[in-house]
Amino acid sequence: MSDTLIAKRSAMKKYWHVLNIGIQNNLTYRLNFLARAVFGLIPLVAILYVWQKIYSGNGPGSTVGTYSLAQMISYYLLTTVVDALTAVNEDDWQIAADIKDGNISQFLLKPIDYLWYRLCLFLSGRVTYLAVAATPLAIFILYLHQYFVLPPNWTAFGAFLISTALTALLQFFMSYTMAMLAFWVLEVSTFIFILFAFEYLASGHLFPLDILPHGLEQALFLTPFPYQLYFPVSIYMGKAAGMDLIRGLLIQGLWVIAAYGLARFAWRRGIKHYSAVGG
Amino acid sequence: MKRETRNPSSEVESVDTQPATRNTGHVSRFTFHVSRYLSIYAALWKNSVAREMSFKSNFLLWILVELLWFGLQLSFISVLYLHTEHIGTWTKWQVVMLIGGSHFIQQIFQAFFLVNCTNLSELVRTGKLDFLLLLPVNTRFIVSLRQVDLGAFVNASSAVGLMVYAARQLHLVPSLLQVLGFLALCVTGVAIHYCLMFLLASISFWTVRAQGIVWGYYNLFNIARMPDEAFRGLFKAVFTFALPMLLVSNVPVRLLADKLSSPAPVFLLLAMSVVCFCVSEWGWRASMRRYTSASS
Repeated sequence: MSDTLIAKRSAMKKYWHVLNIGIQNNLTYRLNFLARAVFGLIPLVAILYVWQKIYSGNGPGSTVGTYSLAQMISYYLLTTVVDALTAVNEDDWQIAADIKDGNISQFLLKPIDYLWYRLCLFLSGRVTYLAVAATPLAIFILYLHQYFVLPPNWTAFGAFLISTALTALLQFFMSYTMAMLAFWVLEVSTFIFILFAFEYLASGHLFPLDILPHGLEQALFLTPFPYQLYFPVSIYMGKAAGMDLIRGLLIQGLWVIAAYGLARFAWRRGIKHYSAVGG
Repeated sequence: MKRETRNPSSEVESVDTQPATRNTGHVSRFTFHVSRYLSIYAALWKNSVAREMSFKSNFLLWILVELLWFGLQLSFISVLYLHTEHIGTWTKWQVVMLIGGSHFIQQIFQAFFLVNCTNLSELVRTGKLDFLLLLPVNTRFIVSLRQVDLGAFVNASSAVGLMVYAARQLHLVPSLLQVLGFLALCVTGVAIHYCLMFLLASISFWTVRAQGIVWGYYNLFNIARMPDEAFRGLFKAVFTFALPMLLVSNVPVRLLADKLSSPAPVFLLLAMSVVCFCVSEWGWRASMRRYTSASS
């Protein structure tokens, strides 16, 4: 075995450990995760009731945009699944706290990269969350199973998986970059909430973006937000196919690279500014 | 004022010596208690103002955050009404009014209670509750009202502004009685939010990390601003009779917007607030009995 390969393997092992520890750490807060998952379903159910009322008010067989009631419900079910797979939980807060409290000093000395370290913790958080949230989520989906559509073909499903992975990376890198603000300001939570508000609206959390007036929808697609949730869901539902699909995946990939670059850049600038308070 | 496990009455008596003579009886004793608690509360306000003013830009940023989220709720509703005329009997501007009303109630709740409720689990975890238990005041009073969130008053006023605007769109001129009734019901709504969240926060006496549970309550605010007619069945029953989210803002706004067909919902809301208060007081007492402080 060549030296570089050994080095690579030991690096892999290092981060594998981080992943492991992260999972164990997160499992301590399983009750928190469960509460989050269960409580999180309540507003979702409420939105579904409101849509049902709107459809029944509009008359049988009516559509909103291109959505029938069944499609609308499956849209929300899918966003819940993608969200469970990709959403940043408390990672941004923890990163900001690490910076503020001087905990990152140790990473400057150790042969471990802070960004990869946090990414491992983010992934371990997602794994744990899924393990805990799977039960309530499965019960919920089973209850509404007649609305849970399958993707139109295997290509769509494959592209959905790729896009979901890219979504997770995009979410993480954007949150990481936001958390870097902690190098310069004392309280980052306001900034995180401001970004989150835009994400919440423009990523398709509240409603599918294609029921918006066309111009507005187009404008939103110039931002990274739709690629944080709406895009993978629309692939799954067969709304993005052919050239649209390929172009969308490319744009999503570019956003991931851009967010990664920005995260690295912010870190480098931050470190120069860093004075290791309390470190 | 309520008394809890620690029996503060003896301490109060020792403070009490000058004004309450035997002959003047209960009335002066009562006014003494009220004025004493008011002066304590005034001191807490002064502290909160000082605290907020030391982080001015942060204070303004939080107001901006709340405004953004408020706008987000409104944009959701306007998107819904791009595709329909009515949700049940609720028209667009009536729902806007509902969102305003529910935001008003939520912000007033936030101004007085929210931070204090979320802090309770930290007080338990770190054992800082000890210091509050030692003070010669009712512990629930000091735990619930320690900090005031001044920014929330600004946001509450933006909610009022929106409601006025919506009322004008509806050509609605509520009578003085309606406005007073609305305000009284808002107080009831705030009390319900407070009692339920405080009950949830008391869970931290059982499991140390209750913050997730407390924040989970935030999701319930989302239901409070939805028009009640959309809901049916078990969901409606649970969120009317167990966690009365579908009453707290729907009923006051219905009163204001002439949408009440009978006074029954008003009485139901009042009754539920009494029930919530009793349950949360019971939960609090049961929790206090479990408290063993941290580390020592």
